[in-house]
Amino acid sequence: MAEDWQQGGFGLYIHWPFCQAKCPYCDFNSHVVAAIDQTRWLNAYLAEIDRYATLVPGRVLTSVFFGGGTPSLMEPEIVASIIDRVRRHWPVANDLEITLEANPGSVEAGRFTGYAQAGVNRVSMGVQALNDTDLRRLGRLHTVADARRAFDIARSHFDRVSFDLIYARQDQTLDDWRTELSQALEMAVDHLSLYQLTIEQGTAFGDRYNAGKLRGLPVEDLAADMYQATQEICDTAGMPAYEISNHARSGAESRHNRVYWRYGDYIGIGPGAHGRLTLDGARHATEQWRLPGKWMQHAEANNADEVISPLSGEEQAAEFLLMGLRLVEGVDPTRFEKLAGRPLPVEKLAYLEEFGMIDHGPSHLRVTGQGRVLLNAVLEQLLVG
Amino acid sequence: MTDLAHIRNFSIVAHIDHGKSTLADRLIQLTGTVAERDMKEQLLDAMDIERERGITIKANTVRIEYPAKDGHTYILNLIDTPGHVDFAYEVSRSMRAVEGSLLVVDATQGVEAQTLANVYTAIEADHEIVPVLNKIDLPAAEPDRVREQIEDVIGIDASDACMISAKTGVGIPDVLEAIVQRLPPPHGGTRDAPLKAMLVDSKYDPYLGVVVIVRVIDGVLKKGQRIRMMKTGGTYDIDRIGVYRPAMTAVDELGPGEIGYITAQIKQVRDTRVGDTITTEKKGCETPLPGFKPSVPVVFCGLFPVDSSQFEDLRDAIEKLALNDASFSYEMETSAALGFGFRCGFLGLLHLEVIRDRIEREYDIELITTAPSVIYHVYMKDGTRIDLHNPADMPDPSHVERVEEPRIKATIMVPDDYLGDVLKLCQDRRGIQLDLTYVGGRAMAVYDLPLNEVVFDFYDRLKSVTKGYASFDYQMEGYREDRLVKMQILVNDEPVDALSMMVHRDRAEQRGRAMCEKLKELIPRHMFKIPIQAAIGGKVIARETLSAMRKDVTAKCYGGDATRKRKLLDKQKAGKKKMRQFGKVEIPQEAFISALKMDD
Repeated sequence: MAEDWQQGGFGLYIHWPFCQAKCPYCDFNSHVVAAIDQTRWLNAYLAEIDRYATLVPGRVLTSVFFGGGTPSLMEPEIVASIIDRVRRHWPVANDLEITLEANPGSVEAGRFTGYAQAGVNRVSMGVQALNDTDLRRLGRLHTVADARRAFDIARSHFDRVSFDLIYARQDQTLDDWRTELSQALEMAVDHLSLYQLTIEQGTAFGDRYNAGKLRGLPVEDLAADMYQATQEICDTAGMPAYEISNHARSGAESRHNRVYWRYGDYIGIGPGAHGRLTLDGARHATEQWRLPGKWMQHAEANNADEVISPLSGEEQAAEFLLMGLRLVEGVDPTRFEKLAGRPLPVEKLAYLEEFGMIDHGPSHLRVTGQGRVLLNAVLEQLLVG
Repeated sequence: MTDLAHIRNFSIVAHIDHGKSTLADRLIQLTGTVAERDMKEQLLDAMDIERERGITIKANTVRIEYPAKDGHTYILNLIDTPGHVDFAYEVSRSMRAVEGSLLVVDATQGVEAQTLANVYTAIEADHEIVPVLNKIDLPAAEPDRVREQIEDVIGIDASDACMISAKTGVGIPDVLEAIVQRLPPPHGGTRDAPLKAMLVDSKYDPYLGVVVIVRVIDGVLKKGQRIRMMKTGGTYDIDRIGVYRPAMTAVDELGPGEIGYITAQIKQVRDTRVGDTITTEKKGCETPLPGFKPSVPVVFCGLFPVDSSQFEDLRDAIEKLALNDASFSYEMETSAALGFGFRCGFLGLLHLEVIRDRIEREYDIELITTAPSVIYHVYMKDGTRIDLHNPADMPDPSHVERVEEPRIKATIMVPDDYLGDVLKLCQDRRGIQLDLTYVGGRAMAVYDLPLNEVVFDFYDRLKSVTKGYASFDYQMEGYREDRLVKMQILVNDEPVDALSMMVHRDRAEQRGRAMCEKLKELIPRHMFKIPIQAAIGGKVIARETLSAMRKDVTAKCYGGDATRKRKLLDKQKAGKKKMRQFGKVEIPQEAFISALKMDD
């Protein structure tokens, strides 16, 4: 019998934890250091890849994703060695997707040739905003001109180039955003990630917010209007949403992220990286040591996992729904039933349907356009009770 | 047995923080009643809540031996009474058990409303009163002004008031002499007459059972005696008899004029009623002491466990507390919004707070308290009367002839700077001014107010508009008819019983609007828009609409960190616990109380 993860695919995530500067909104596991011994890091990554290859050998790999931090600070040779090692361990899909996140600065652009030669075939660029004032407020080191230049260079090296924008920023009006989004769509190739600014605890923005000093953030109604406008503008431009914050032309969706959202298996390597792996028929959650020094120490001692623990059926079912309902395509409720050992609560489905939040049948469950912007509330109904 | 001439029984009348407990501590200390090493503050206040809030809930007594300057040793019995209006009846009984009072007034503050009420109780009990000015060591002390105020407001001679500092001990010997010289010994009292003793108060002790504080009028109380409570009819064998010094100290007997304690295998405090007369089962006295009143709750509210699975724990807690407190009543209540709980009756707001605190603290049960209500007399067209203590139970208005509500006479003392705010507050609460006088820089306003308008947040508002400078006391003044109606709150077109309230018809619109606006802020947005309405009968008098939730989504997926997403669910679960499901709407628990607070 096929294991559940096979319906989502199999991916590998590599986390590079370093940045040139920490952005005030970012709560990812990123660190700023003076000097990085890249060879030492390469060896540690390779050791972890080798170890995982013995745990889950022979699977067909759907995607590799270099995330961070700022992986475009990695030397192209390092990236090449990692990709070589991965290809040596696992059979790969014909359309294996290898994505690398890049900062749109001039230094990074100089490495694009090397990354392309190493086998990277998709770049995701953190453009974040198309006006310089806001870029500075977001703590970014690049300008709009830098970003456009880097983007053009990237396009000349990679078929697939995506970029991120953060909207619902301080003092941004609905019209400001409409204009900026139209400019972005003129630039865009086939994929765009459009995230509303989220104030996370433990970040510089979080501290300022708590102190009442982060002013001009949109109220709920404006943020909702902006989300709505984003959907309409992108639909018209032929780049509909396929996930809450991700838009693509048909067929250009990020395969790697889809492994997460379709609740496939994925290896997570690097400081603080998470994985989901089915081992001996049981799905496990893995989490690697979070601090770079600690991670290195454990990787060199041949195991950088801080946590590897089996997930209950109920936990898996919850994760399946949490991830899957982010997708416009929705989920197959029978997968939930198999994992949880129980069907979704009928009265909750009816309740959500009554308010137009979902659309469901025996083999499909989708959150509607109206419901997607209330996904947390929808999930609360289905999973909290 | 002590000669009556060498006994002095007294109480101390004081406003909170004017130094009653400290003075009691000093009297105990100076007479060597307690060894220095056993001294602690507020020696007589046993409960945590009493110590913490600086209030006295239960009467306490202490026996002090004092060798006076006249060469005789006197027995001084101090009864420390509760001072709060909620316990006015208990205070009046304690006052009847002694012959004199020390009136303690803070020389920096002057006479307060609570002092007045208690000193009048003492005057009614024919007490000799010795004024004591405390805190004279403080630079802000104005003894001359306060002396004058005592004479003006209370009408007793304060020229030979004792000048003391209970904190430093200055003047305490003068107080002891004044007790002996100026307070009378017990009036009459015959050792050979049939036993007649007053039940002053009682409390539960886990080792001894119920301990009863008694004042003997006639006859002698002895160990082994079979006694009878004249009101409740219970009979018991005395197994312990003694006095407080303040530790329990056994004695052979208590004779006329003496105050002490007995235990008699009494299981519940409920079996002992304050003010009851204790006599012997055989050959007892014929007429009980006058003035006994069964205690009647005047303020009611619902108590519900936040976690509905704790209902049985709550039942257990309430039953245990009720055993120890005859004045506290309860019955089970079911609310569509709040589930299972209890409708409880209290002597007043302080009593309510004390019981609620004790349940939360001693039994570790988090509570939702619904708005306090009073008892309305609802006269029906068929001639019957309903005593309504839960607005949710108000009968259909078409069957109601008229509704009467309890009124109080409130005395408020306040520095004139704040008088305008106080008068406005009283007017807003449907008050009728009865009197307004000035004494020095302070005004004394006397108002006839509906109790209903006072039970909820009147005292909080009074404190806030006067920055804490006002003092307030009240007494019940009986029932009066008014245009009272039940106002219902409908959330998403369904009535929420726990939010129903009785209001004056003329103020219903204003109150209804305020409630709807408040609830609109308190109820989180849902997936659909929610009408919030106030209605009388079927007629909507105020309406607000809570618009539908617009956005609630996590923008970013944090790579493969599904664990983090699951944690969001845990947070949602915790939030859900603080909500009560009402039809399709979830209402936060805090809304049930917060919605009723009027910001005026």
